[in-house]
Amino acid sequence: MARQETILRVEHLSMKFGGLVAVDDLSFEAKKGDITAIIGPNGAGKTTVFNCITGFYKPTEGRIALVHGDDSILTRIDNVTATGKQWVRTRQGALFLLERLQDFKVSELARVARTFQNIRLFGGMTLLENLLIAQHNKLMRASGYTFGGLLGLGGYGKAERAAIDKARYWLDKTGLLDRADDAAASLPYGAQRRLEIARAMCSDPVLLCLDEPAAGLNAREGEELNELLLSIRKEHDVSILLIEHDMGVVMQISDRIVVLDYGRKIADGSPAAVRSDPKVIAAYLGVEEEETDEVAKELSA
Amino acid sequence: MASTDTAAPVQTPPGAAPVEPSPVRQPHPAIALLKDAAMWAAVTFILTFPIVGFKTVARGGRYVFDNNVDVVLGLTAFVFLGRILLNLTIWRKPKTATARAASGTVLDTGWAAKARRLLVPVMLVVAVTYPFLAVWASGGLVTGRYWVDLGVLVMTYVLLGWGLNIVVGLAGLLDLGYVAFYAVGAYTFALLTMNFGLSFWMCLPIAGIIAALFGVVLGFPVLRLRGDYLAIVTLAFGEIIRLVLINWREFTGGASGINQIPRPSFFGLEFIPSGPTSFAEFFGIAFSPVHRLIFFYYVILALALVVLVVTIRLRRLPIGRAWEALREDEIACRSLGISVVNTKLTAFALGAMFGGFAGTVFAARQGYISPTDFTFIQSAFIVAIVVLGGLGSNLGIVLSSLVLIGGIEMLRNLGFVKAIFGSGFDPVQYRMLIFGIVMVIIMVWKPRGLISSRAPTVFLKEKKRVGADMISEGHG
Repeated sequence: MARQETILRVEHLSMKFGGLVAVDDLSFEAKKGDITAIIGPNGAGKTTVFNCITGFYKPTEGRIALVHGDDSILTRIDNVTATGKQWVRTRQGALFLLERLQDFKVSELARVARTFQNIRLFGGMTLLENLLIAQHNKLMRASGYTFGGLLGLGGYGKAERAAIDKARYWLDKTGLLDRADDAAASLPYGAQRRLEIARAMCSDPVLLCLDEPAAGLNAREGEELNELLLSIRKEHDVSILLIEHDMGVVMQISDRIVVLDYGRKIADGSPAAVRSDPKVIAAYLGVEEEETDEVAKELSA
Repeated sequence: MASTDTAAPVQTPPGAAPVEPSPVRQPHPAIALLKDAAMWAAVTFILTFPIVGFKTVARGGRYVFDNNVDVVLGLTAFVFLGRILLNLTIWRKPKTATARAASGTVLDTGWAAKARRLLVPVMLVVAVTYPFLAVWASGGLVTGRYWVDLGVLVMTYVLLGWGLNIVVGLAGLLDLGYVAFYAVGAYTFALLTMNFGLSFWMCLPIAGIIAALFGVVLGFPVLRLRGDYLAIVTLAFGEIIRLVLINWREFTGGASGINQIPRPSFFGLEFIPSGPTSFAEFFGIAFSPVHRLIFFYYVILALALVVLVVTIRLRRLPIGRAWEALREDEIACRSLGISVVNTKLTAFALGAMFGGFAGTVFAARQGYISPTDFTFIQSAFIVAIVVLGGLGSNLGIVLSSLVLIGGIEMLRNLGFVKAIFGSGFDPVQYRMLIFGIVMVIIMVWKPRGLISSRAPTVFLKEKKRVGADMISEGHG
C-alpha cells in the first residue's frame, strides 16, 4: 500500500480553562481514509480536543491543519501560518487552519462534520427536515440566498429534490426510512444516534468527528454502528475521527488509536500496540506510575 | 409502536399478572361532582370577595364603599355550574398516562384536520367580505363603522402577530420590545409624508426597510444573549425608542406627537365629500367617512395576506428551516455550517419589517400618532397573541387575535350578562379582569397555545403534525 496521505494534523495543541489545563501540548495526525480513535479515561480531554478541531473552542495554543486533496500542500503550512490567512486553495488541494476558523465555517468551508456526546437533534422537526438543514449552505445558494426561492426563480426546486434524495439515501442507509416523517425527538435512543450520523454525513464532510457514537447502545446496535462506520469510510471517501469508551467498537474498527490521559498523549499507534502499552493499561486501571512496569510484566507473563 | 388500550383504567407493569386493584370505596359520582364544584365555588368566592365585593359610589359629594355581593354570588354560581358542566362534558375523558403520551404524536387525520382544512378557506372568505358583512348586518354605513373599525384593529394585531411570530415562534428569540418597530414604521411614514410629501405607497416599503434596519440594530448587540437576558434587553430597546420619541422634540414632535398626517388615496381618489378627485363622486355614491375605513381594512388585509404568503414560503426555504433549527438547537446549527449571526439577524430584520408595515398603516389610519401609542403594554399584547395562538402557528395567531382583541372589545356589548350577575354588574368595568382570566384559562387548558402542533415543511410519504411536547420553545 502506498504512503497514506494526511488529512488532519494537530500540533502542540493546548487548551486551558483558567488554571485548568484540559489539553496539554497534544500532537497527532489522522490519515486519509482511516478511522482514528481518541480514547482515554473520563476527563482526559477528548471532547475538548473535538471542540478545538470543530471550532467550538479557540485553543490557547497550537495549530490544527486540515487538508483537502493532495497533502503535499502541508509543506506550505508555515508559510500560510505566517501570512495570517485562514486557508489557502491551490490546484492540488486546500489547507485549512481550523483554529482560525469560526465554528460554522469549519463545517461550511473545511467540511468537518461532527456529532455530540449528548445527542443534539432538532427534536421538533422531522427526520427529513433534520437532514435538509444539514444541507443548508448548498440549498441557500440554490435558492439565491432566499430571494430566488421566494419568487420561485432559479433551480431551487431541483436542488431541493436532490437534497431530499440525498436525505432519503442516508435515511435508508441508517435504517430510518420508515420514520422519515416523524419528529426526531420521538425516536428511540439508538436511532437518534444513527440519525445524528446521517445528518452529519448529509453535510458532505471529508472528516467526520464522532463523539461517543456507541454510548448507550446495546450489543446489536453497536454491531450495526460498526458496519455503518466501515461502510461510510469505504463508500464515501470520508475519514473518521472517533471518541469512544466502548473498547469493542474501538478495537474492531480503528486503524489507529490516540490515547489521552490528563490532557497529554500517552500512546499513539495501531490497536494491537495500544492494547499492550503499559502506560495505557496503567491509565485505565489507575495504577501508580511506579507499578506500571510490574503490571506490564504481569501482563506479558 | 404497539397499540395500547387507552381505555384500560389500570396500568399493569409489563410481564406482571394483572392484579385486582384493592377495593377503594368510591363516593357516588353525583356527590363527587357536587363536592368538586362546591370547592371551586368556594375558592371563587374567597378570591373574588375582596376584589369584586365592594364598589365605590358617589354619595353626597364623596365616595363611599358599598357592598357588591350580588356580583360575587353571581360569579360563584357561574363557576359552580360551569364546573359541573365541564366535568360532565369536556373533562370526561380518562387522563391516563397512555392517553397523554398518545396525544404527543399527532397524526393529521380525523375531525381536527378536517376542521382545520375547512377553517382556513372559511376564514379567508369572511376576511375578504367582512366590511360588507359588517355594514349589511349592522344595517348601514354609519352603524357599521364600529365593526369595520374593529376589523381594522384586529387585522393590525394579526399583522403584528405574524411579524413577531417569525422572531418568537420560528426563531425562538423572545422579543419584548416589538412595539419599537411598530413605532419606527409609524414615525417613518409620518415624518416622510409630512416633510417630503411622499405618498403612502412610497412610504410603505421605505418604512419597512427602515424598521428592518432597526431590527438589525437591535439584533447585533443581542446576538449572544439568550432567554431571560434577551427578553430584558429587547424590552429596554422598546423603551429607548419610546423615550427618544418623547424627548427628541424637534424631530418627532415630542410627547404631543405628530398630527394631521395626510390620508392615503385610492389610486389618486381621495376620501373627501366632493371635488374632481373625490372617491364618492367618481363612483357616484353618497359620501361617507366609512369608505376610507373600508379602504384601510382592505389595505391591511392585502398586506397581511402578502406577509402570510411570504412567511409560508419562507418556512419552506432553507432560511425558514434554519430559523426553526435555531429554536431547536443553536449548537447543532453551528456544527452544520449555519451562520447563527445571519440567521438571527434575518429573523429580527424580517419581523421588524412586518412590524414597520403595520405601523405605517396605523399612522395613516389614525392621522395622529404620539409616543403613548407605543408603550410596553402593546408589546406585551403582541407577545400574548403569539404565545396564546401557539408559537409558530399563523392560524393560531388569527384565532388569538380574535379572542384577545375582538373578544375584549365584545365585552362592551355584553348587556345580557347583567341578567346573570345582577343589574349592578357592568361588564366593561371587568374587561381587564376577564381578559386575565381568559389568558389563564387558555394557558391551563392548552399550555402551548391554541394551535400547538407544528406542520412539517416537507415530507416523504405522509404529513404528520409534530406534537407540542417534542417542540422546543427556544432558549432565546
